[in-house]
Amino acid sequence: MSPVWPGVGEGKGELFWTHWTEVLTLKTYWVSKGSAFSTSISKQEAELSPEMISSGSWRDRPFKSYNFSAHGILPDSGHLHPLLKVRTQFRQIFLEMGFTEMPTDNFIESSFWNFDALFQPQQHPARDQHDTFFLKDPAEALQLPTDYVHRVKRVHSHGGYGSQGYKYNWKLDEARKNLLRTHTTAASARALYRLAQKKPFTPAKYFSIDRVFRNETLDATHLAEFHQIEGVVADHGLTLGHLMGVLREFFTKLGITQLRFKPAYNPYTEPSMEVFSYHQGLKKWVEVGNSGLFRPEMLLPMGLPENVSVIAWGLSLERPTMIKYNINNIRELVGHKVNLQMVYDSPLCRLDAEQGSPQTQETT
Amino acid sequence: MPTVSVKRDLLFQALGRTYTDEEFDELCFEFGLELDEITSEKEIISKEQGNEKAEGASDVILYKIDVPANRYDLLCLEGLVRGLQVFKERIKAPVYKRVMPNGEIQKLIITEETAKIRPYAVAAVLRNIKFTKDRYDSFIELQEKLHQNICRKRALVAIGTHDLDTLSGPFTYTAKRPSDIKFKPLNKTKEYTACELMNIYKTDNHLKHYLHIIENKPLYPVIYDSNGVVLSMPPIINGNHTKITVNTRNVFIECTGTDFTKAKIVLDIIVTMFSEYCENQFTVEAAEVVFPNGKSSTFPELAYRKEMVRADLINKKVGIRETPENIAKLLTRMYLKSEVIGDGNQIEIEIPPTRADVIHACDIVEDAAIAYGYNNIQMALPKTYTIANQFPLNKLTELLRYDMAAAGFTEALTFALCSQEDIADKLGLDISATNAVHISNPKTAEFQVARTTLLPGLLKTIAANRKMPLPLKLFEISDIVIKDSSRDVGARNYRHLCAVYYNKNPGFEIIHGLLDRIMQLLDVPPGEKKRGYVIKASEGPAFFPGRCAEVFARGQSIGKLGVLHPDVITKFELNMPCSTLEINIEPFL
Repeated sequence: MSPVWPGVGEGKGELFWTHWTEVLTLKTYWVSKGSAFSTSISKQEAELSPEMISSGSWRDRPFKSYNFSAHGILPDSGHLHPLLKVRTQFRQIFLEMGFTEMPTDNFIESSFWNFDALFQPQQHPARDQHDTFFLKDPAEALQLPTDYVHRVKRVHSHGGYGSQGYKYNWKLDEARKNLLRTHTTAASARALYRLAQKKPFTPAKYFSIDRVFRNETLDATHLAEFHQIEGVVADHGLTLGHLMGVLREFFTKLGITQLRFKPAYNPYTEPSMEVFSYHQGLKKWVEVGNSGLFRPEMLLPMGLPENVSVIAWGLSLERPTMIKYNINNIRELVGHKVNLQMVYDSPLCRLDAEQGSPQTQETT
Repeated sequence: MPTVSVKRDLLFQALGRTYTDEEFDELCFEFGLELDEITSEKEIISKEQGNEKAEGASDVILYKIDVPANRYDLLCLEGLVRGLQVFKERIKAPVYKRVMPNGEIQKLIITEETAKIRPYAVAAVLRNIKFTKDRYDSFIELQEKLHQNICRKRALVAIGTHDLDTLSGPFTYTAKRPSDIKFKPLNKTKEYTACELMNIYKTDNHLKHYLHIIENKPLYPVIYDSNGVVLSMPPIINGNHTKITVNTRNVFIECTGTDFTKAKIVLDIIVTMFSEYCENQFTVEAAEVVFPNGKSSTFPELAYRKEMVRADLINKKVGIRETPENIAKLLTRMYLKSEVIGDGNQIEIEIPPTRADVIHACDIVEDAAIAYGYNNIQMALPKTYTIANQFPLNKLTELLRYDMAAAGFTEALTFALCSQEDIADKLGLDISATNAVHISNPKTAEFQVARTTLLPGLLKTIAANRKMPLPLKLFEISDIVIKDSSRDVGARNYRHLCAVYYNKNPGFEIIHGLLDRIMQLLDVPPGEKKRGYVIKASEGPAFFPGRCAEVFARGQSIGKLGVLHPDVITKFELNMPCSTLEINIEPFL
């Protein structure tokens, strides 16, 4: 029979498939002496060994060439969480600017410190079940500073301290309601109240970075829990210009130098400003923080002297972290659904280094 | 932030000029507004319901503008235009006047039955008004915005607007049993009793949200005219009889509610905004309200309040150096008509009824700063000299974190809120034994309680990362929450350190070694001595029998370590052995 070539053209060779013919492959090699030809056998070494060093035999051994383009073995290390690496940097920045850290070790707060002391009225939407987590147990605060509460009640319902007040029926029961704090400004209120009890008044700079809780609609960039960064300066004669100056120094340490300020509204600050910075990657102005001077209706009932102004500003920790580490879904960063590989791989947090890669995507 | 939707071309027409989108965006930025979205009715319907439903919808460009939550005077096109025109010094702020009618004054008599349900009511008349379709839509839309905003979804105040020519006063505001109220409500063709209406509106997407305000009360509020015609049943629905159309010439407005101040503000806003379209521009016809005690008052109040502020106070608070005359000009641009009086340093500011948000001199300071231009203010650094201090607990935490990572463990950041199961059932405990803080009305089980231990969070982290190579060594140093009646709020945080080792073998000796290392770092020597630490065999429902120990340091129990019970492991959807350590680090401060 004539030779059958399987796989050549259409006919694969019926004869091949019926096993009447078998294809044998014959390989032939031409062999010649190479440069390392030797009549004795020696293994190529990979690495130096203690025995080689003491005997000096390393001089006679050939060593395999090392593949420099492959990766090495990553050291067996632990890792810090990216969000908390960013938190460390922000703490550093505040400490460098002379700010003292406020105690914030209470997630549970009363409506009084969270809202009323801040001159936020009792019928304000933020106090709704929608935005605030109220508690079933313990449902109400056990103690509130009585005299201070009276002054707060008066300024809400009747005014005073130069204010018209809100002119509504302020209820103690409402102020007693416990909740999961919606902002660390509640802790700032406590700190300012403590400061006001110390006579004579000494200027202070405070900061805090801690967890807050909002009962809002959840999506790719919003969770029920997040971290708020807050800075506060209390001194005589502070102006809106001073607030801008402090913000400029603060944001410069974050590598953000182009700032613009926009009028805004907060129940407890007046004037208020939103802070915008120019994002090189997105080629537009994005909001980076909120700020203002605390209202006299908040400060004076505490007992702070009349010519003392308190400037304050805040931003979230999650947002700059997501931008810095290029993360689009907040659940990959915070909570148990975190991407551990991302935690293993995330670089040092250097806030004042070049801002992100050009592909950095917008996260609101 | 409330959003106002205005037709772009109408807006430009009223402003007397056109802007590019960028120019208008810039104007908004300056004034404190935000141009949130540029869209059209067609686009909106397309996005929400698909392209088919959008067929035939309007292409007209809409500007969606965010306004500050306390500026009720900017909630409609009329107010926005007026505010911006005064800001740009193109017009002088109109003066709103209350005028007495040529004939009999309209009366609204409040009976004492309303006291238990919605005691307050105010009223006014817009006389000889000229509506167009756009003005009419704006009028209805403003009421809706106010309802959502200052009226707190109609709970505090509800607005009713009626065609006065279909009515005959005096009007009575009273409260009756639901079965005794019968009328033809807006847009319906037959009469219903209030009970029937409550049922009908249960499925109405718009009105169902307001039923709860009066639903379970014995008496419902209702307003009648002298012929028994129902004007409205606040806060639910108006009567069809008094329905306003584009052709309506005289409008009777009533605001009822539980907050008198807000009812007055709301009335003032509506009448000031739309009196622009009355024949006698910017005048509002007075109405008299007679209270249950027989006393009466005339509304709307339209009060102009005067406040005196020193020019140097404004300069000092903002950080600028303007002359009193210039400051007066700045404020006038913000709708706060001002003039320099007295010794040349005092400024007298007239606060119009549209600026109920101005309640303190600081509000005036902000307006001066806005008119000056925030970005024109010179930045300065406060001379405040302070030495910074760290919060000791956070300082300790930061130090420990680094060495935990150095020990080969990876940091997790888990949620402080979780389900009851997570901190109790899954750990073999009863929830009552945990002394946990409970949240009321949680939307999902994930928000039932605040965590009393860091362990569930770490176990859930492992479960979500089960594809990662073993061993998994995680840690977290963060707060847990426990009820505590010695604290003013009744609860307090504790700073815990928790670590887990998850591998083919439980690694108890590794977790134990980690504890030894932590004690070494904290300079706590092993041994029963006063400043030392020991571990003693213990047991717990979460631990494997014989593989659990309690940690004692500085004389107190600070936590436990051990191999987790297989029940715990399976309940958290894991399948490898796991050992854990959790201690309170506060005794080491």
